[in-house]
Formats: sequence, C-alpha cells, structure tokens
Amino acid sequence: MANDVIYIDVEKRMLTANGPMNLDIQTTIPAGELIALFGESGAGKTTLLRILAGLVIPDKGLIRFGNTVWFDSAKQINIVPQQRNISLMFQDYALFPNMTVEQNIQFAQPEKNQLALNDLLEMFGLSEFRKRKPNGLSGGQKQRVALARALARKPQLLLLDEPLSALDAEMRATLQDEIAQAHQLLGVTTIMVSHDLNEVFRLASQVLCIENGTITRTGKPEDVFLDNSISGKVQITGQIARIEKQDTIYIVTVISGNNQIIKVIAFENDLENLKIGDRVMVFSKAFNPIISKLR
Amino acid sequence: MNPAHSQIFKSSNWNNMDNEFLQTILLTLKLAVSTTVILVLIGLPFAYWLAYTKVRIKPLIEALVSIPMVLPPSVIGYYMLVIYSPRNWFGDWLGRIFDVRLAFSFEGVLIASVIFSLPFMVQPLHNGLRALPDSLREASYTLGKSKMITFFRVLLPNIKPSVITAVALTFAHSIGEFGIVLMVGGNMPGETRVASIAIYDEVQALNFEAANQYALILFLISLVLLTTIYSVNKKYDTWRMM
Repeated sequence: MANDVIYIDVEKRMLTANGPMNLDIQTTIPAGELIALFGESGAGKTTLLRILAGLVIPDKGLIRFGNTVWFDSAKQINIVPQQRNISLMFQDYALFPNMTVEQNIQFAQPEKNQLALNDLLEMFGLSEFRKRKPNGLSGGQKQRVALARALARKPQLLLLDEPLSALDAEMRATLQDEIAQAHQLLGVTTIMVSHDLNEVFRLASQVLCIENGTITRTGKPEDVFLDNSISGKVQITGQIARIEKQDTIYIVTVISGNNQIIKVIAFENDLENLKIGDRVMVFSKAFNPIISKLR
Repeated sequence: MNPAHSQIFKSSNWNNMDNEFLQTILLTLKLAVSTTVILVLIGLPFAYWLAYTKVRIKPLIEALVSIPMVLPPSVIGYYMLVIYSPRNWFGDWLGRIFDVRLAFSFEGVLIASVIFSLPFMVQPLHNGLRALPDSLREASYTLGKSKMITFFRVLLPNIKPSVITAVALTFAHSIGEFGIVLMVGGNMPGETRVASIAIYDEVQALNFEAANQYALILFLISLVLLTTIYSVNKKYDTWRMM
C-alpha cells in the first residue's frame, strides 16, 4: 500500500463569511492512517474534504491518489466523484429519507451482498432498526447508519466531515470507539474533519492544522498541540469561558473538553494575549498526581 | 306536426345533445391527459436542469417559463397563431414538408396548451428539487451512482408531493383552459370545442341548461383534483427531511 500516498497540491479561491480567502494546500497523506483536519470553522477544512471527494473543483493544482491522477489542472484532468472510489460522510449524514436503514446501506454496495449487509448492521448495532426510515432514528443511530453506508461502498478513502459534531458527549465517546474500531478493522485511509481536540487525540495518528486556508502545523497530535517546554505533570486543554476581575486579580474560567469547569487565578499581564473563546492549556507542576477509576 | 312526430324529433334532439356533450367532455379530457403526459416527459428533465444549472441567463429562462401565468392567454394565443400561419416560415415549412396545418386543429391547441401549462408543471418540480439538501445528491455521487440513478432513486422519490402537485395542477389547468383554445382552435366540434368553450357558446345561445351541465362537470373535476392534492400533501406534512 506504500504507493497509496495521497499527494495534494491545490489552490482554490473561496468566498467565506469573512470575505474571500485563498485555500492553498500542499501535503501528502500516508495510506492506512487516520488523519484529522483540525482548525477553526471557515478555515477551509470542509472545502479540502470536498475537493478530495471531487465535489469541489480546485482552481489549479494536482491531486494524486497512489498512481492515479484525480485532478490535474495542467492536463485538464478531473475524475468525477463516482469514479474516485471514496466515501464521504456528511455533517448532516445525508441519509436518503425514502429508503429504510437497510436500503440506505444496500444502495452504497457496489454489488448486492446480503452477508456484508448483515455484518454491517450487526457491527453498528442497527439490526433491529433495519426496516426503519431515517426519520424514525435518533441522532446517534443516524450517525451509525451514515458510517455503515460509507463503509458499505468499500472505499479506498474514507472522508468524515465532523462526524460527531451533532452528538452529546457520551454518545460521542461511544461513536469515537466505533470509528476507531472500523478504521482498525478495515484499514482504510481515513481523513476526518474535526474541531474537537479530544476527538483528535483519541482517534488520529496525524493531524493537519488548517488556518486561513493553509496548513500551519502537521504531525502527531501530541507533538502538534503540547508544548514540550512545559514540564508540568498535569495538563488539561480547554477553552476560556469567562474572565472576571476581582480586586487586583482575575479569575479565568476554563471549560475542558469533557465539560469540566476549572477556575484559574491570573494577573493582568497573564491576560495580555488571552480572550474569551481562546483554546488554552491549564497545567500544574503537581508532584504526585493520583489516578483513580471513575465510577 | 303530429304528436308522435314531435316526440321522435325531441328524443333525437336529446340524443344529439348527449352525443355532443359526451364528445366535448371526451375531447376536453383528451386534451388535458395529452398535455399532462407530454409535460411530465418534458417537465421532469427540464425542471432538473433548471434546478441545478449555473448558466447566467437562468433568470431569463425562469421568466419565460412563468410568463404564461401573467400574460393574458390571448397574447400567447396570438403569437401561436402567427407562428402557425402558412405565411410564416415555420407554418409554411410544416405545411409543405408534413402537410400539417396547426391553426384551428387539435394538435395546434395541444401545443399551445403544453406551452401555456408549462409553469404549472415545472415550478412545483423545480421548487421540490431546490428544497432537497444538496448533500443527498452529493452523497449518491460519492457512493458511485450516476446522475440518472441519483435522479430516479434518490431525488424523485423524495419530491413525491411536488410531483403529485405538478401533475394535478397541470391537469386541472388544462381542463379549464379557455382563452388560448379559443384563439388557436376556435370552436370546432370534435376537434377544438372543449368544455370551457362550449359553456361560453351555450350561454351565447341562451342555452343555459347545457352550459350548466358543462360548468358542473368542470367544477366537480377541479374540486376532486384539488382535494386530492391537499389531502396528499397533508399526509406529507408530517414528513420531515431528517
């Protein structure tokens, strides 16, 4: 599979809510891995995913999947989505309302295979809902159907667009496990758009950070996100929810990825480049952190 | 005239009346069914194209499709007559090559009716397709399905209410069409005399009983059709995209 590296070098002018932006991406993606595209909304993550799927045509550049050219503006090559053998799982799941769970999955199969269908239904705990239409399913169930349908296509590249964004924390954790499991089992190269750090750490072997249309950092999640110069033993990442002034000091409220609320005392000069909404790390030089299992 | 004679005369008169009535109603239905069938065949691909095209002149095309809804039928009818006329190159060409004369014929009325009912077919289908999330189409493409399969298995089944509305509106509209038929077709029994023309004609002749029959039939057909549309669409009210 070594030649299944995806080579991407594309440019696309985009109109975003914040005005025009140039998406300018050069990268290679190794085969068989689970890669996260991480960044603010509007940074160009979804557009990159749609370019890979063939749903958006770049202004110029080259995309190669292994030895197959998918897009080459110089030679005017553009392979249509149908022939790229990919699966894209949409943010809104895009389940077909006229078909049952079973029919949705069957629709994606290159050729009818009752056995593979049953396996997928079993794997995602959907057997008892097989005759239901998507309208009658919960968010988590729809997400499972969408994932099962994406896998039924037997893609050589699986693209997931914020697959878990619509779910609550508990459901997320369960489905993160299922994605990890599916990826391990099938070994299909997977690219996942996410802006949830927890998810990235849990699932991805590599992360590409996109800011304003370009890749700013890439590497293993721990290398990209953790500052190694800090010798703290306890590190929690989260987002600043509130900054309050009390006499001469400030109290900063940080909400961590698993909705833990942490209050930290800060001085005026600490806050110079911090504002509400910033992603921050809270760390402490604890000498003997104690670990215990949660009930 | 002896009484027996007058009796025969009267009943044959009634028979004539019945035959004529039946002929007119059948012609009306034939025109409406043909118009609807032709418009389904034209309207589906056209609405699909219109819903997803990115051509610059799309507003102009939309305006042209909708224009029969705002223009008086006599305007369209007038232009149709001009086009059909043997003095015009098109009418002349039709006459010479195919020996067809469209003015004051059923075929001529049918073509005019198709053009005139076009917005009633295309608009509901177009709106239905536009209301579907793009991701449905895109999901089908990324799953390897052609545009044709996507249209018939994903898009069309999910705009059923729009299809029913479009077909019923087109049918009801062509059944009740008056102005354009009068302009293009005139009032030829068995050829272009449809129910709405007959009503006008009978009223002119102070034949109110016959006018009443035609009017009642048209009223009932339209009522049944519209009730069907609304009850079907009510059923789909509870139907949500996702």
